[in-house]
Amino acid sequence: MSAEWPLWEVFVRARRGMSHVHVGSLHAPDAEMALRNARDVYTRRQEGVSLWVVPSSAVVASTPDLQGSFFEPAADKDYRHPTHYTVPEGVEHL
Amino acid sequence: MEPGTDRSATVEPRDPMPDGYRRTLVRQIAQHAHSEIIGMQPEGEWIACAPSLRRKAILMAKVQDEAGHGLYLYAAAETLGTSRDDLLEALHTGRQKYSSIFNYPTLTWADVGAIGWLVDGAAIVNQVPLCRCSYGPYARAMVRICKEESFHQRQGFEILHTLSHGTPEQHAMAQDAVDRFWWPSLMMFGPPDADSPNTGQSMAWGIKRFTNDELRQRFVDIAVPQAEALGLTLPDPELRWDEERGHWHFGTPDFSELAEVVAGRGPLNAQRLAHRIRAHEDGAWVREAAAAHAAKRAARTPGQEPAA
Repeated sequence: MSAEWPLWEVFVRARRGMSHVHVGSLHAPDAEMALRNARDVYTRRQEGVSLWVVPSSAVVASTPDLQGSFFEPAADKDYRHPTHYTVPEGVEHL
Repeated sequence: MEPGTDRSATVEPRDPMPDGYRRTLVRQIAQHAHSEIIGMQPEGEWIACAPSLRRKAILMAKVQDEAGHGLYLYAAAETLGTSRDDLLEALHTGRQKYSSIFNYPTLTWADVGAIGWLVDGAAIVNQVPLCRCSYGPYARAMVRICKEESFHQRQGFEILHTLSHGTPEQHAMAQDAVDRFWWPSLMMFGPPDADSPNTGQSMAWGIKRFTNDELRQRFVDIAVPQAEALGLTLPDPELRWDEERGHWHFGTPDFSELAEVVAGRGPLNAQRLAHRIRAHEDGAWVREAAAAHAAKRAARTPGQEPAA
């Protein structure tokens, strides 16, 4: 043999009100087994109330090589942050 | 930039990295993963013989944790461009190693206690600094593992404490287990710094944070007062408090024994590996059946592509 089972990325929602967070990956033959394995591998101590499994091959990622130019447009737009602005002394709730 | 130069910057899977850094990480993470998987054997043997239902449930949970730790670590190694099949093949053919400690037998129930207290204790001392290792996926796996290991060590300590304060026979059994596991546990930190040629590079890259001898000393300093609390002695006539250094002085482990076990000539090397290969081969039909089932279902569901 070896047809390796596909790789899945696992996301866990720790509590209601929080978003799912990536916790790791695992191999499983299909989505149902991926969910069951994710439960056993990543939530043995009640770490989650909800699980997502996503085929790793379905993840589209930005390339680290282009990290500079890809995120660069945000670098010189300090005015998007509230700390950019001067507030006169004594003005509250702004 | 060389990994480790900036202590606050982690290296992530798709970042450029030196070949040597990648190779070193694959070797170390794989060895670590293999140790978790082989490490299920010495304790797994005792599940059916645990002295109470509570002890049995605890031991099953612990052995299941070891499987989980192996999986976190295999997944971390795979982010470096190696495959699960390659890793298992490297273990089964002896191309990659696992921790020498698991080649020692568990002769009595007290050995399960000694493994939890000493072997997991030594592993924790080794692993806590790895939570800050420069490679992100490895560091994150170690954070999960360290959280779970502390239960392992406490359950071992509790087993030994109970035996040590039981009948004279039980006390003797606990002492015998500590006598046998003490020195091999000290060897878990690897050869002395003078004989560890890769330590310097690993520290420069931020993979290791402390040397083998520093970690070994830290472990001894932690274990000595704990042994006293257990009412057990450590089998080292040289053990004494060194006022000047502020550390416990201890004797030198027999590193020729470590070299022998690493070279494959330990008490149970052949048995551990044969058992692992048999378990893998016996499970082949399950993996094949699950894959066939998944393929069949995917073919039947319109619009759903198989994930591979």
